[in-house]
Amino acid sequence: MQIVDRRLNPKSKSLGNRQRFLRRAKAEIKEAVREAVKSRKVADLASGEDVKISSKSLREPTFSLDSKSGSRDFVLPGNSDFVVGDAIPKPPPGGGRGSKGSKDGSGEDDFVFSLTREEFLDIFFEDLKLPNLVKAKLKNVKSKELTRAGFSSDGPPSKLNHVRTMRNSLARRIALHRPSLKTLEALEAEIATAEAETPPDEERLAELRARHKRTLYLRKTVAYLDPLDLKFNRHERRPKPSTQAVMFCLMDVSASMTERLKDLAKRFFMLLNIFLQRHYREVQVVFIRHTNVAAEVDEETFFSGRETGGTVISTALVEMQRVINERYPVSDWNIYAAQASDGHNFSDDMDECLDILQMNLLSQCQYFAYIEVGSSDEGPYPPSEVWEGYEELIGQHSNFAMRRVSEAGDIYPVFRNLFSDEKKPA
Amino acid sequence: MQTTGKTATSKPLFESADWTFDLVNKAYDACAEIGLGELGLDIYPNVIEVITSEQMLDAYASIGLPRMYRHWSFGKQFVRDELHYRKGSRALAYELVINSDPCINYIMEENSMTMHTLVLAHAAMGHNHFFKNNYLFQEWTRADAILDYLDFAKTYVSRCEEKHGVNAVEQVLDAAHALMNQGISRYPGANKHVSLARERERALARHLYEEQSFNDLWRTVPKPQQDVADGEEGDKPTAPPPQAHLPEDNLLYFLEKTAPKLDDWERELLRIVRNLATYFYPQRQTKVMNEGCATWTHFYIMNRLYDKGLLSEGSMLEFLHSHSSVTMQPAWSDRRFSGMNPYALGFAIMRDIERMANEPTDEDKEWCPDVAGCGDAVGALKRVWAEYRDDSFILQYMSPKVMRDFRLFGIHDESQHPHVFVSSIHDERGYRRVRKALSEQYCVSTSDPDLQIIDADLQGSRRLVVSHNVRNGVLLERANCERTLYHLARLWGYRVKLIEVDNETGKILKEHENLRMP
Repeated sequence: MQIVDRRLNPKSKSLGNRQRFLRRAKAEIKEAVREAVKSRKVADLASGEDVKISSKSLREPTFSLDSKSGSRDFVLPGNSDFVVGDAIPKPPPGGGRGSKGSKDGSGEDDFVFSLTREEFLDIFFEDLKLPNLVKAKLKNVKSKELTRAGFSSDGPPSKLNHVRTMRNSLARRIALHRPSLKTLEALEAEIATAEAETPPDEERLAELRARHKRTLYLRKTVAYLDPLDLKFNRHERRPKPSTQAVMFCLMDVSASMTERLKDLAKRFFMLLNIFLQRHYREVQVVFIRHTNVAAEVDEETFFSGRETGGTVISTALVEMQRVINERYPVSDWNIYAAQASDGHNFSDDMDECLDILQMNLLSQCQYFAYIEVGSSDEGPYPPSEVWEGYEELIGQHSNFAMRRVSEAGDIYPVFRNLFSDEKKPA
Repeated sequence: MQTTGKTATSKPLFESADWTFDLVNKAYDACAEIGLGELGLDIYPNVIEVITSEQMLDAYASIGLPRMYRHWSFGKQFVRDELHYRKGSRALAYELVINSDPCINYIMEENSMTMHTLVLAHAAMGHNHFFKNNYLFQEWTRADAILDYLDFAKTYVSRCEEKHGVNAVEQVLDAAHALMNQGISRYPGANKHVSLARERERALARHLYEEQSFNDLWRTVPKPQQDVADGEEGDKPTAPPPQAHLPEDNLLYFLEKTAPKLDDWERELLRIVRNLATYFYPQRQTKVMNEGCATWTHFYIMNRLYDKGLLSEGSMLEFLHSHSSVTMQPAWSDRRFSGMNPYALGFAIMRDIERMANEPTDEDKEWCPDVAGCGDAVGALKRVWAEYRDDSFILQYMSPKVMRDFRLFGIHDESQHPHVFVSSIHDERGYRRVRKALSEQYCVSTSDPDLQIIDADLQGSRRLVVSHNVRNGVLLERANCERTLYHLARLWGYRVKLIEVDNETGKILKEHENLRMP
């Protein structure tokens, strides 16, 4: 007999099988990821999740006998009171008593399993047609940095904390009654004066000398600086501390924005959010929706609430300005804005929008991205009011980007500057 | 059972639940002393492999075989098992054992020392003896060759993937898996060409010869016409028409040899799947006996260890707890019921044989005269283990006492009728009928559909005709049948027709057809 320890064998031997499985179920998984994206919050896209797929393409058919045809005999255990000839009604179809039938066939149409974070993002990005380099950067976990983390009682000399060490030393010296240099000198002076006296007071002198000896002894035994006193600075590797960022999502919610357009907009917001989360430790998201009035709302209302009214974009910009002034001082926060609209605006409003952007917002924002959503099947359409208005800003402001989007794959290019110039925003 | 009185002189092998390699070694020796010494079991040498639970899931996924080739269906299985395991709805088996020489036993690191001892007695002694001695395993599998063959298969499949692409390989394997149960030559004599070792040698020799005799120049020589025409079976210049071999129930074998459009590597893949199907065929036919044998053996060995004082009271209780949950048979009306438990049934019949051998009743003498009162229980059991499979075993040795204990009753089910009928119960009139029905339930040749290729037109339309021999009016499940037929047509390359023929009247009940566009 022979015992082999296989525990240290390479892990996940079945990885190859898993990859083949994911490849096989790709269409369904993509669909499931798309669903998951819809139900997810903008801010927590990047965690892995259980996805549910229907196993249509995962069927493994074999020739099997149909339990609903013909006749059969079988044996069951646990007879309590049946006698020969008893009739037992069949369970309703689909109930499945588990004695016969439905062993391989039904019951496996829905299939739940979890994707890892990498697998999830892979599929999400695939839809967005990100260049591979960007994907690698986005999936990267944050870099680590040394930060102070209290004190420890040992460490290299270079990290000695003098203040703490001396404080300990002092406390110990007081507690153990270590005579200070001053006391010693005072005592020596006293002895000197006593010796100088004529006639010398022998008794007092002897007592002083004894005290002097004792003082010297104490100073020798109680060290000035004991290893016990030493304190060192301690450092820990922590995720890179970067400043905080706030992301404004602005969206036109007037009736002309359909569900599909909103879904496109949501992906746009998600992509920006992933980018920000990579760069900043804390990312806050502010949702501002507008028709002819604007309001800050929570995410739920933002994507699902319905409003009617005209479209005045400047209201949203004013609202954003107000929120910035109130809660996000420019000195403390990196401000990003993502605006989505279908391009309609009240025609007199454009000038005001441009004013607000040029005077204030664009100088306060790290980046301002605008997408105009529309469906491609409507054919080439004339530039909208918003598009024409915003076009002036390009060139004047390097932190402004805009793009027309009719499907998910078009979204990425609007961020191209942002992703290609990684150093700037940090 | 040869019982020697309790002689608790020795110290228990272990006291705590933690295990060490040294303890496993000692426990194995103690088990072997009883298993080989007292019971006289005849086993392959054992290899014990310690694995983690993740590795156990891995092993599960590849149908219990290490070094299995890669396929998405194993990934699917893994994902599903893992989910059940994480949710806690299913525990992992304690052990996994492979019918190979040397016999490989997996034990999981998180189990306690008691469980390890139990696994050693169960798998390394019980299953191992069964694998080595049962006639089906001797006839259908070559334990010394399977591990090498798997290595060969794995390398071959991955080389095919490199050469022809993952997709192409996947398509062939999908189709072959769909027909796996029709990849066995069931009848004696027919299976002489599927001995694993010889197949493997032949395959290797073929490839070696091809490699050695490869000369790129031949590629440039124009091929004579008739070579192209009968290129489907290279080594037989004048292959007899396939009709000569019909009907053929081994669909994979027929396709491998005859399908007009398959490449050599595709034929080799079919052969691999076919050989694996053959390897598993005995296991499908001996679930009750195999588990019964292993359970009876571990029960005997654990009790003897306890008698000898080698197991502490605590370990014994832990063992009994796990033993009784493994051999529990819920009643049909119980929520936990999911068919007959092979452990429970096998163990009960084995124990009953032991009882009949030592303390027979008059009833036993009438029902099982060959073991009743023979006195040598172990000898009788060993004979049973060697010479029977599930259906014959039940038919021969399930005594009325077992039927009474399980309270078995027979059901007759007509699909058109809204009710099922109780056809027999465990009484004088019913014993034989219950026993026959249960035996048939375990007979693989009645639970698998009976399919045969009856016609293959290689000259004209190239249509393949498969017939399903319908018993008791039970047809094929339609949706599954259509999908499987699609796979069959893909391998054959042309039109495939399946007719379902009633085996009594000869009437055609249903026809399916799959047209494969060339």
